[in-house]
Amino acid sequence: MAGVAGPATGSGAAGGDGDDSLYPIAVLIDELRNEDVQLRLNSIKKLSTIALALGVERTRTELLPFLTDTIYDEDEVLLALAEQLGNFTGLVGGPDFAHCLLPPLESLATVEETVVRDKAVESLRQISQEHTPVALEAHFVPLVKRLASGDWFTSRTSACGLFSVCYPRASIAVKGEIRQYFRSLCSDDTPMVRRAAASKLGEFAKVLELDSVKSEIVPLFTNLASDEQDSVRLLAVEACVSIAQLLSQDDIEALVMPTLRQAAEDKSWRVRYMVADKFSELQKAVGPKITLNDLIPAFQNLLKDCEAEVRAAAAHKVKELCENLPMEGRETMIMNQILPYIKELVSDTNQHVKSALASVIMGLSTILGKENTIEHLLPLFLAQLKDECPEVRLNIISNLDCVNEVIGIRQLSQSLLPAIVELAEDAKWRVRLAIIEYMPLLAGQLGVEFFDEKLNSLCMAWLVDHVYAIREAATNNLMKLVQKFGTEWAQNTIVPKVLVMANDPNYLHRMTTLFCINALSEACGQEITTKQMLPIVLKMAGDQVANVRFNVAKSLQKIGPILDTDALQEEVKPVLQKLGQDEDMDVKYFAQEAISAVAQRLRKLDFPVKDSEEPSAPGADKNHFLRPRGPGEDTGKEGAAVRDSQAPR
Amino acid sequence: MNYPDEITYGNKDHFRLASFSLPSSLLHWSKPPPSRTWTVVMTYQQDYLSPCLYPLSALSDIISTVEFNHTGELLATGDKGGRVVIFQREQESKNQVHRRGEYNVYSTFQSHEPEFDYLKSLEIEEKINKIRWLPQQNAAYFLLSTNDKTVKLWKVSERDKRPEGYNLKDEEGRLRDPATITTLRVPVLRPMDLMVEATPRRVFANAHTYHINSISVNSDYETYMSADDLRINLWNFEITNQSFNIVDIKPANMEELTEVITAAEFHPHHCNTFVYSSSKGTIRLCDMRASALCDRHTKFFEEPEDPSNRSFFSEIISSISDVKFSHSGRCIMTRDYLTVKVWDLNMENRPVETYQVHDYLRSKLCSLYENDCIFDKFECVWNGSDSVIMTGSYNNFFRMFDRNTKRDVTLEASRENSKPRAILKPRKVCVGGKRRKDEISVDSLDFSKKILHTAWHPSENIIAVAATNNLYIFQDKVN
Repeated sequence: MAGVAGPATGSGAAGGDGDDSLYPIAVLIDELRNEDVQLRLNSIKKLSTIALALGVERTRTELLPFLTDTIYDEDEVLLALAEQLGNFTGLVGGPDFAHCLLPPLESLATVEETVVRDKAVESLRQISQEHTPVALEAHFVPLVKRLASGDWFTSRTSACGLFSVCYPRASIAVKGEIRQYFRSLCSDDTPMVRRAAASKLGEFAKVLELDSVKSEIVPLFTNLASDEQDSVRLLAVEACVSIAQLLSQDDIEALVMPTLRQAAEDKSWRVRYMVADKFSELQKAVGPKITLNDLIPAFQNLLKDCEAEVRAAAAHKVKELCENLPMEGRETMIMNQILPYIKELVSDTNQHVKSALASVIMGLSTILGKENTIEHLLPLFLAQLKDECPEVRLNIISNLDCVNEVIGIRQLSQSLLPAIVELAEDAKWRVRLAIIEYMPLLAGQLGVEFFDEKLNSLCMAWLVDHVYAIREAATNNLMKLVQKFGTEWAQNTIVPKVLVMANDPNYLHRMTTLFCINALSEACGQEITTKQMLPIVLKMAGDQVANVRFNVAKSLQKIGPILDTDALQEEVKPVLQKLGQDEDMDVKYFAQEAISAVAQRLRKLDFPVKDSEEPSAPGADKNHFLRPRGPGEDTGKEGAAVRDSQAPR
Repeated sequence: MNYPDEITYGNKDHFRLASFSLPSSLLHWSKPPPSRTWTVVMTYQQDYLSPCLYPLSALSDIISTVEFNHTGELLATGDKGGRVVIFQREQESKNQVHRRGEYNVYSTFQSHEPEFDYLKSLEIEEKINKIRWLPQQNAAYFLLSTNDKTVKLWKVSERDKRPEGYNLKDEEGRLRDPATITTLRVPVLRPMDLMVEATPRRVFANAHTYHINSISVNSDYETYMSADDLRINLWNFEITNQSFNIVDIKPANMEELTEVITAAEFHPHHCNTFVYSSSKGTIRLCDMRASALCDRHTKFFEEPEDPSNRSFFSEIISSISDVKFSHSGRCIMTRDYLTVKVWDLNMENRPVETYQVHDYLRSKLCSLYENDCIFDKFECVWNGSDSVIMTGSYNNFFRMFDRNTKRDVTLEASRENSKPRAILKPRKVCVGGKRRKDEISVDSLDFSKKILHTAWHPSENIIAVAATNNLYIFQDKVN
């Protein structure tokens, strides 16, 4: 369709070019109301093409009125429409006509779906910048007022996001009006609107004159922060950050801090949670002095809050808070004012709190340095490595690299090993899965010797886990280990153990051998694959379980690219052809797939493939599988798969 | 074996709908003939009400919930067949004062379909357990409907324009020869007959192991809760893939289960407060500000048991079947098998008012137990000013209690006595041995005709009463 725009653009408006260029546009226009959502969506996404073909005049007078009333559509169509219209100024005749785009966006700004409304507001904000100051006051500001005084709260919530874009360019009289409208939305009857206003308060404050911020925004902020609904109050915490950034230290102390102190001790845990969650931003916004005097005590309270959600949110912020403290006196401050509370949290009753702390506590070691880490943090790490909750242990283990830099991992390895072993044998498979994923990282940090000695057996044990996801992860883990420790290590330690499993009485374990080979062959390279792995795979083609046999076919297909052509031709092909005549449907199918893949590879290598050596059709004479085959013998998909591969020949 | 869904305590389903019903009887929802309403003053001295009758049939048509929206302009009903029918009030006009309270069918849609839970081998009925309207946010109306497992958010909107004009087709829909297209046509919107569409906006599924008995929209306009036998979840309207568990009374060992949640509701103004009632006749008030999981209540409402009234059925009949905050938010009302109680939020140790709904059944509990009626879940409603309470009973009777005058009345919703504009006569059940004229003996009450669901217009004296598969709308007399 991109090409369509070309001729139509050239002529400015459609009409004269004849049918060739009109037809695709006609289709697009008709599909704007097709029953299939996907087609409507496609058409909306090409709206600029339609508008180009119609020309600016008809776009303004016909297309936009139509779109204004198209608000009954599916959300995704409306979302695309709202997005398109944000970039439409050029298509309606430039900035002088940008106001023509306001009606459709206004109706989109009142739909019930938040994402659509937000997108419409975003586009309106974009378009507002394209208005001339005169047009802004003549068209855009009235729109904002209409939305702000709309009957339904959807329109009023949308209005909240538009004040900050029209305020800076409005005349003084209009500015006063805009502030007035914003004030009334801040005390709207519906909490939805108050929430929208509270969340835009900071943004609006930024474009206001400093005097107005102090005289108008601060009272609004104070009111919202003491709203009867906690869902409104908690949004005031966010506004706190933006407002504090605009004010001097004295003003912050006088105008913002009383509210912030109140929020940190709010009766509702959700408000306190918000304070904890935004703590780093608040800390930066109010500056170091107030942080030391006010925020640190507040943070201590949050760390021992009665609600676990709040403690967890605060625990998450421990590292950032410490990092952002002024360098001077940082260490003593952390040691005296923060660390005692952290020690309490290590033995918290709630596992979310403990695991939140465990995810950041290792980061403190770089801030506190080697000695403090060994003396004060290490006991905590060790306690957490023995925590009853696996998540806590996992979080510690996954962040080992931080400690490694400061004190080296050896300090921990004695406690680490039992923790790892316990996680590795956890009754919950998701826990086992998580620890497997950290294995390559641990292996890198602990080194190959420690690994071989202590962890290798674990990695092998996972291969025979009774949960498939674990066995699968274990095979991927082996591949990553080989990438880390090299092929020689693989040949000596891993490959023999994997290959032994090929004789396991349990067919699932025999299949694991094949999966391991799939994963390892690339990392191990041609030599090991051909000499050690291939014979085992080929031998397993005679397995009595069909699942194993078709996985042999899949494996052969997988490792085919690594093998040299001799092996392919002499060893792989005959086995595949035998499998191609298996009595099991699936084995036959996958064998044929593999045959065609192998054949393709052989062709690529310019290896002469004779017709007579092409695979025979299913059900052909068992003893003579090199028999030439006629096209009439193809039946079913197995045959079709082969025929497809022959097509280029 | 411990099938979690076999909690039938206080939850015995009387109907046992065996087959899946098709959305067959749309025709039965025919519009009532015009002028079937009569305006009658509904005072307790006179007690005359007039009905407006919407006949239904078939088991799937049994109405399972009735709810006015916040303006009273719309009335929604849900039924056992998973359908939602919305009635709209006739536009008022000066010369038709008598038609003031007439409601006509506005929209009908299939909200829930029967499903099968393959993991638990359980049929999930399509029956609509509850409907709750959302505060109006734009020109469309939104409501939540729920069956045992899944809550759905529906949008009901009007459309009165449709686009006309195609490029590739002519007016009759015949394809045009592409060669004849010389100009582009943009579709034009033309007025058309009003069309009401119901579209599902959100499906909140897979969060309840047990049967959902209540849904309640929060005054913060962004969340609602859904309660089942053992848990209460909090949802955000925008998010369907996660909900927060705010109450969980499931004991670690299901053998220790002694009570279930029977109903739950948010405070009408305080977004952090909600109550839930239990099968033991108690009500807990929780404050979501205090902690994320509200397993510790803030207030606990319980009336001490009268030892002289103790019997085998005490516990069953004290189970609360419905709990409702007053519009003011100062009181809560609870319904148990024989009474309606009003509690002041500031007094936890006993209700401030207790009304006997059908005390004459106290001697019949044994047979009511045998026919399962004792497990019926009667609902209760406040009028717009919280001064009158209404709840249902048997024999198509429903009861109203005036809290100020302490008068009460029994009325009957039945086809025989509810010709359009007819005046409802108060009914009396004879308690003693001697039956007066126009009294009904306790033994002749029909226990299969029960009024479980009623609704009261938010500001006017218009009530909707669901009597099995009939919906009656009554209003007080004005002249």
